[in-house]
Amino acid sequence: MSNYIKLIALGLVILFSAMAINYARDTAYMVHAIIVLLVSGGLFLVTLRGTGDPNPTVAPQNEYMDGVVRAGVIATAFWGVVGFLAGVFIAFQLAFPGLNFEWAQGYANFGRLRPLHTSAVIFAFGGNALIATSFYVVQRTSAARLWGGNLAWFVFWGYQLFIVLAATGYLFGSTQSKEYAEPEWHVDLWLTVVWVSYLAVFLGTLIKRKEPHIYVANWFYLSFIVTVAMLHLVNNLSIPVSIWGSRSVQVMSGVQDAMTQWWYGHNAVGFFLTAGFLGMMYYFIPKQAERPVFSYKLSIIHFWALIFIYIWAGPHHLHYTALPDWASTLGMVFSIVLWMPSWGGMINGLMTLSGAWDKLRTDPIIRMMVISVGFYGMSTFEGPMMSIRAVNSLSHYTDWTIGHVHSGALGWNGMITFGALYFLVPVLWKRERLYSLQLVSWHFWLATIGIVLYAASMWVTGIMEGLMWREVDANGFLVNSFADTVAAKFPMYVVRALGGLMFLAGAVIMCYNLWMTVRKAPAKEASLTVAVPAE
Amino acid sequence: MEEYTFLRQFADSWMLVMLFVFFLGVIIWVLRPGSSKVYKDTANIPFRHEDKPATDEEART
Repeated sequence: MSNYIKLIALGLVILFSAMAINYARDTAYMVHAIIVLLVSGGLFLVTLRGTGDPNPTVAPQNEYMDGVVRAGVIATAFWGVVGFLAGVFIAFQLAFPGLNFEWAQGYANFGRLRPLHTSAVIFAFGGNALIATSFYVVQRTSAARLWGGNLAWFVFWGYQLFIVLAATGYLFGSTQSKEYAEPEWHVDLWLTVVWVSYLAVFLGTLIKRKEPHIYVANWFYLSFIVTVAMLHLVNNLSIPVSIWGSRSVQVMSGVQDAMTQWWYGHNAVGFFLTAGFLGMMYYFIPKQAERPVFSYKLSIIHFWALIFIYIWAGPHHLHYTALPDWASTLGMVFSIVLWMPSWGGMINGLMTLSGAWDKLRTDPIIRMMVISVGFYGMSTFEGPMMSIRAVNSLSHYTDWTIGHVHSGALGWNGMITFGALYFLVPVLWKRERLYSLQLVSWHFWLATIGIVLYAASMWVTGIMEGLMWREVDANGFLVNSFADTVAAKFPMYVVRALGGLMFLAGAVIMCYNLWMTVRKAPAKEASLTVAVPAE
Repeated sequence: MEEYTFLRQFADSWMLVMLFVFFLGVIIWVLRPGSSKVYKDTANIPFRHEDKPATDEEART
């Protein structure tokens, strides 16, 4: 019965997207309609073939649903390499403008590829990492199979479709020009559907848990899912110009729109890149270190302090603008107070290793996790400092900001994700161990040195740029033109691109290592041969 | 009183106090007597049920 409803719904989607291709007012919208037509057409055929199957396969309730986690691990590694590659390419485009090829103008120039890079690494790489690990962690810590059956697969594939729609949109110029929220209204609507399903799967699993307590990692994951839903809805309030086109008009305007955008933007950092990844930290570091978290009490205080404070920090992106002074002071004060929960969490993560510090010498995976927590501490020190108005007057609009973001994103988010992937692949594919720990060490050092080159060159060029912009001569005239700063930054841009290249090389080595783990590493015989009794 | 002014005044008085008291409550709750034993058990959740879900008999309440 449900298959007939599915077929009718898919048929309607096919009809609508065919009409959309015909009436499309812009290329991006037409490309999206073609993608949706192909996807829904394919799903229609698959559903049709499965209709009337006398023996539909029923998922066993006494096993974890790991297929979707495996898919998520593959997607994370894939999108990671794509996103890092895009980043390396645009870094070279900045150093050598000739790489903005004439034949690719309007599609692959810096302005089009930059949002592609940021969204690919944050939402495609980071998002898939969060979805995959949250599905893994919530099952293990609730001792229950994922709720909702194939809804988890819908979340996974729906999210991939969102990524493809967003990415093609950027290349064809469909954007509402909001940082980290570029996709237009029709893509936003689709993400809303996927995200609500994600929340349902996660909450449903928590509700049917077999453990009396909700483990702290799930608190962080849940706050990430709920807050991102709220941020996404409020920041994307817009009215489409036409149902057949991708243009839309924002409901809010002026400083209200700017404040909403950076309330969204900073909490994308605070809840997507921090709270969600802290959920990873609170599960995978104890697992890899084989000891419980240092202080569970501290982790609860960490959670409430972090979510109470982060939500207010956004206005520090709008110092010295039309934003009222009280609002920017509020943002600055809360950013500085954030030092405490951030460092509390960092200490909690690091001290989990107390009594097991020797593992740092023998286990490159725990080394990766520890350095990621180290980078978390570093960038959460740097961030509040940069939010102080006086420091911000030097750092804002310069490359220092870019360096800060990358020490957090590459160091904290990247490294903890790599650590989680190295942990997950042998477990999910039932292997004894990883293919090669030596390659993990190579990855570790390439990535670490890459980040150091990146961050250091951006500090130098950012502070230099800030000082050059404010330099005045004896008569009060500005000394440097903008082009002077661009010329002076060239060597640092090359160093930055090389740092990024090293980070990318590390990720490629990781993909090879994980691939070979699945192909060549000895299987865990015991767990494969023991049959699970049917209940 | 217009809506903005009302919300503004509510936010930086009662709401602020409420959130702060809630936060203090969390800290007191966390440090309540006997919590150490409970949290020691909770912190070990990642080391149980690694391979398959708990059955109804194993479920802990």
